[in-house]
Amino acid sequence: MTPVSVKLYTDDVSLLMVLIDTNPFFWNSVKSALPFSKFLSHVLAFLNAIVLLNQLNQVVVIATGYNSCDYIFDSSTSEGQTQRAEHLLQKLEDFVNKDESLCREDSVDGPGFSLLSGSLSMALCYIQRVFRSGPLHPHPRILCLHGSPDGPGQYVAIMNSIFSAQRSMVPIDSCVIGAQHSAFLQQASYITGGVYLKPQLLDGLFQYLSTVFATDLHSRGFLQLPKPAGVDFRASCFCHKNTIDMGYICSVCLSIFCKHQKKCSTCGSVFGQAPVQDSSTPDRKRKTPMDA
Amino acid sequence: MLQKESNDGERRFNREEEEEDDDDADGRGRDAWERTYADERSWESLQEDESGLLRPIDNKSLYHAQYRRRLRTTTAARIQKGLIRYLYIMIDLSRAAGETDYKPSRMVVVARQVEAFIREFFDQNPLSQIGIVTLKDGVAHSLTDLGGSPESHIKVLMGKLTSSGDASLQNGLDLVQSLLNQIPTYGHREVLILYSALSTCDPGDIMETVQKCKASKVRCSVIGLSAEVYICKYLCQETGGSYSVALDESHLKELVFEHAPPPPAIAEFAVANLIKMGFPQRAAEGVISICSCHKEAKIGGGYTCPRCKARICDLPTECQICGLTLVSSPHLARSYHHLFPITPFGDVSPSVSNDPRNLPKNCFGCQQSLLNPGNMPASCVSCPKCKQYFCLDCDIYIHESLHNCPGCESFRHSKSVSTAEG
Repeated sequence: MTPVSVKLYTDDVSLLMVLIDTNPFFWNSVKSALPFSKFLSHVLAFLNAIVLLNQLNQVVVIATGYNSCDYIFDSSTSEGQTQRAEHLLQKLEDFVNKDESLCREDSVDGPGFSLLSGSLSMALCYIQRVFRSGPLHPHPRILCLHGSPDGPGQYVAIMNSIFSAQRSMVPIDSCVIGAQHSAFLQQASYITGGVYLKPQLLDGLFQYLSTVFATDLHSRGFLQLPKPAGVDFRASCFCHKNTIDMGYICSVCLSIFCKHQKKCSTCGSVFGQAPVQDSSTPDRKRKTPMDA
Repeated sequence: MLQKESNDGERRFNREEEEEDDDDADGRGRDAWERTYADERSWESLQEDESGLLRPIDNKSLYHAQYRRRLRTTTAARIQKGLIRYLYIMIDLSRAAGETDYKPSRMVVVARQVEAFIREFFDQNPLSQIGIVTLKDGVAHSLTDLGGSPESHIKVLMGKLTSSGDASLQNGLDLVQSLLNQIPTYGHREVLILYSALSTCDPGDIMETVQKCKASKVRCSVIGLSAEVYICKYLCQETGGSYSVALDESHLKELVFEHAPPPPAIAEFAVANLIKMGFPQRAAEGVISICSCHKEAKIGGGYTCPRCKARICDLPTECQICGLTLVSSPHLARSYHHLFPITPFGDVSPSVSNDPRNLPKNCFGCQQSLLNPGNMPASCVSCPKCKQYFCLDCDIYIHESLHNCPGCESFRHSKSVSTAEG
């Protein structure tokens, strides 16, 4: 990175972390609507537009693969300054090949999830490095160009990333290319104050990107950006995966159950008493004090 | 004071970020130029190297060592943590709190740290509640009731900052103990006492009160601001809390913040139980309803209690009408990292790091070069699971804020999966 102190960062300089979903199973499933090559040309035009808006703007691209994640492009490095597209495409091809070679034999049915939690974590690490670089730095934001369905096993990791982004006031924007909405990204954008968008017409992806996601954080205040639609914050129970309005929470591990249980299936605690309603019970006679 | 030696290093380092708000109270009678030397203690940021030359202190490795110590104490394997906490902060506002050895005065410094602590506490323990008790003129006064909103506590506390009279530890403990006796059995009862005074002025036998606290499973911790006091130490020992004495403001901050992560749960302290909770949905925009918390008509953007359909402005809370605990799934998710901590990273042995071919050029997380200027390998750490290398800054960030290992997260099948969907 060039020394930051010589640059004059004003409040409209952005650092845009773009997370590109490269899950081959997903791209295969939407081949007819939006081939990956077409998607890339939209994204490349968008990245060029970002760098064009302000000469100090910085773009970092991270590929979210099926088996791994990696940095693809960083506009602040010397290679990133010239021959932007060639450089990016070369690295991306290397990445996709490597990702493929990591793939195990056992075939997957349907588009599996890609490793969003990994690329989010990497992006946040990079942003922390920018924060450390000095009092003046570009204003970071994360843009997830995502299509794969949510991976339930990533829930905790993604939520951890979301809360960390929220703490460092980094908005997570999401542009969902896939067929269905992503509950993870809806929550991510809602909690961090980013924009969540699911474009209707994928042919016009560049226009969506440039009108909604190109503006810097400072100018966003003056724009009418897509409003967060209703985000469903209801939980689903661990026992049947039903979405519930009211449920029982294990006081030890915070597992969610839809019915009253004798024993927690997650942590194995045995629940001694009837479910405590919120009328609090004084517990002086609860136990014979062992050490009184 | 026991911590004196071990904390010397931290103290020296922390001097740097010493508050810059010089109130008029500090250093009266000194000239401005004198004060800059007296306050900044610039000589403390220098150290002597082997050849007797003065060098700036290597803050990075010092800070990292300090973090390591913190990590070792907190992530001791899979210990059950008390996630639902009911904590009373007891603040000594006796005459001693008016002392000006902390600038501008002890009580202002304490209030400032408590404010930061309350925010951090709710960030880490979204399902817990805090209340504030003050000690003044020999009596204890409950400033705020147990509640989950940081702003309301901070506002009340900032309005009540005057000091007078003596502190009575016994009155304070009696009050807190009676208040904490009313909370449900699954909650963890805790008191954090910020004690400025060197004595306690009690109406009766304080030993009995200590035993009473012990019997009702209240974990009492004390942070002293002046010197070690036997009764405080005894109280903490008996009730399973921790006792420490602050050396200066930055040390105080560190000690206070140690209480923000949930403490290990002691099995007999709280009974495992199922708690009935509601997950309210956000009301549609533009709907006009009267909220049950402020009793005002409001437009849109509230939550609706699933049991009694009352409108609530903020989560988490307890429904004013039917008493159901109301949370949203992110509140629960916020605590999960305490349950699934990531493994501490290991130091890279010098034999590996001296051979540049073994070492990747960049930190896996942030792409920072792992080579010092002059192509010497810088100190780095690696994750025992995914074998990726990280720089020290990322190490700290990953363990203290992110709670994900980017390396493990970005390789399939490399981690134990905990299934939970929001």
